[in-house]
Amino acid sequence: MGDVFTISLVFSTIRLATPLVWAAIGGLYSERSGVVNIALEGLMLAGAFTAAAVTFYAHSPWIGLASASIAGAVVAFVFAVICIRFKANEVVAGTGINILFLGLPAVLSGALFLSSGSTPQVPRDELLPTVWQIVPAAPPWRILTDVSTISLLALVVVGCTWYVLYRTPFGLRLRSVGENPEAADAAGIRVERIRYSGVVLSGVLAGIGGAYLSIGQSSLFTRNMTAGRGFIALAALIFGKWRPVQTMLACLLFGFADAVTIQMQGVVKMPSGEDVPVQFIQMIPYLVTIIVLAGFIGQSRAPGALGVPYDKEA
Amino acid sequence: MSRLRELLFPLGAVLCAFAVGAVVVLLVGDSPIEVYRLLLGSALSWPDGIGYTLFFATPLIFTGLAVAVALRGGLLNIGAEGQLYVAAFATAWVGIKLTGLPSLLLVPLCCLAAMGAGATWGAIPGLLKARFGSHEVINTIMLNFIAVALVGYLTQYHYRLPGDPIMESVPIGDTAHLPRLGSFVPGLPERIPLNVGFLLALVAAWLVYVLLWKTKWGYEIRATGQSPAAAEYGGISIRKEIVLTMAISGALAGMVGINEVLGYRYRYYDGFSDNYGFTGIAVALLGRNHPAGVLLAALLFAVLQRGGVPVDAFTQLVSKDIVQILQALVILFVAAEGMFRVRGKR
Repeated sequence: MGDVFTISLVFSTIRLATPLVWAAIGGLYSERSGVVNIALEGLMLAGAFTAAAVTFYAHSPWIGLASASIAGAVVAFVFAVICIRFKANEVVAGTGINILFLGLPAVLSGALFLSSGSTPQVPRDELLPTVWQIVPAAPPWRILTDVSTISLLALVVVGCTWYVLYRTPFGLRLRSVGENPEAADAAGIRVERIRYSGVVLSGVLAGIGGAYLSIGQSSLFTRNMTAGRGFIALAALIFGKWRPVQTMLACLLFGFADAVTIQMQGVVKMPSGEDVPVQFIQMIPYLVTIIVLAGFIGQSRAPGALGVPYDKEA
Repeated sequence: MSRLRELLFPLGAVLCAFAVGAVVVLLVGDSPIEVYRLLLGSALSWPDGIGYTLFFATPLIFTGLAVAVALRGGLLNIGAEGQLYVAAFATAWVGIKLTGLPSLLLVPLCCLAAMGAGATWGAIPGLLKARFGSHEVINTIMLNFIAVALVGYLTQYHYRLPGDPIMESVPIGDTAHLPRLGSFVPGLPERIPLNVGFLLALVAAWLVYVLLWKTKWGYEIRATGQSPAAAEYGGISIRKEIVLTMAISGALAGMVGINEVLGYRYRYYDGFSDNYGFTGIAVALLGRNHPAGVLLAALLFAVLQRGGVPVDAFTQLVSKDIVQILQALVILFVAAEGMFRVRGKR
């Protein structure tokens, strides 16, 4: 077991938790405003594809990152129009967005790069840098800076989200619209406008989470490269009880489970001499979510009006 | 008038989806007319076009019915994907374990295994909702991932031929095979995997109609879906209905395993589902949660799926993924029903 729990496990956890944190915090803005966001997976895919494609042409990861957040915002806005303006079932619309982004990047990359579903490789020096590449630290501190700038920014975003949510008028409005839109409306808050901002913000953040996958962790976009991370992010959001810091901790926990899975492969054996089946560790986030939702580990209460379209005239 | 609306609305949604799809094709730089000609045309040829289209429609009929029954009961089952995986494995397991039983006994047992496993996997989120009030949407999503991991584990570690590089189980017994329609339909070659599972799908659609509109059970399911409070007041146990509806829905989704394992591959093949569970949501919505509508919607999506093959082969730039885009657009337009409503009329 000693081979598994090393310092590299810590870094691996941070690496794997980073996209989850971005997406889950994105989901938090949407769900706190009362809009269920199953579409996180699709929003991440939109960001991941856009980041890889734009970085390939623009040769700058930062332009790629900005484009990814714009792409996420645009897709989220469309999702918001369908849900808020046309009062669609949010889960169904979210599923539609997710399926759309299984197909759309494949068709676009097929046309742009004549490939079947993946973008060309981005050169190593055009990927999102680590902290060390920006602020070179001397050897004892070197290791601390060996994380992606996007991981560090994720921490900043969690802090900002906490502040915005609990210390600003916008945060108060966001929460009140998610809890009790009628009361918020009576208090003069424009329910629909706040919900639009919540959903669009979720697109921006999930898009960045996706960009980290394609031009941070990896160096190209591949078909369905999120592989369910949007749903794990959603699970983390629920496990974190829709609160920023707890949600981040949940992401770290799920990232840790993932990291252990990877490190255990081929290292730890069962008494029978076989590898430990990775499938059981992969199940952990999902099982935990079910258990939490059932109320076994403290109650996780969703925002009061989550998933209920607001109809002023009703 | 409302009948007409029921028909016109899905048509409008499909047309809108195709229009947006055409824009995507244009942007990519191909001719939408050519792409749609390939997509829709190849499904109509006999025997390959029609044979494969009906084969592709089979799992979508099952998952469409599954989602439709749940929606009639006021529940959104996005767990059909997990339910059909567990069911496909269960049916293969019975087919492997009970090899040697006569066909007349083994095939029904395998079918029951599929339906039972699907029903169980569907009932879990039902129970969780009935007992703890936790929302079925999140739980079904989570159970999808758990199902995939579970059957992946069983296949990889316990039911694979030693040394087989493919994630698939050992074959099921010969007597568990469902006959292919080609073996008794003249002119239909047996290489086309269309099998008795398709006929089962038609029967299932009819049974769902009977269940929902001709039985007390179905009445209670629909009453619960329309107004839980009124149903409860009328003496219906909502908790029981939730579990029952999810179990029926899961059993229907599980029947995909019959078509896949007993009629097509004759073994469990990991990752076989081409998003059948999620496409089932589109099928149910487009079919207005009615069995007849589900049949038509499944047929449309199967036509697209079949048409994707020549699109891949004969166009320069557009890949068969355009099919996935069209399916997603149909879901989005059907979901955004409010878009088609006449303004000012509420």
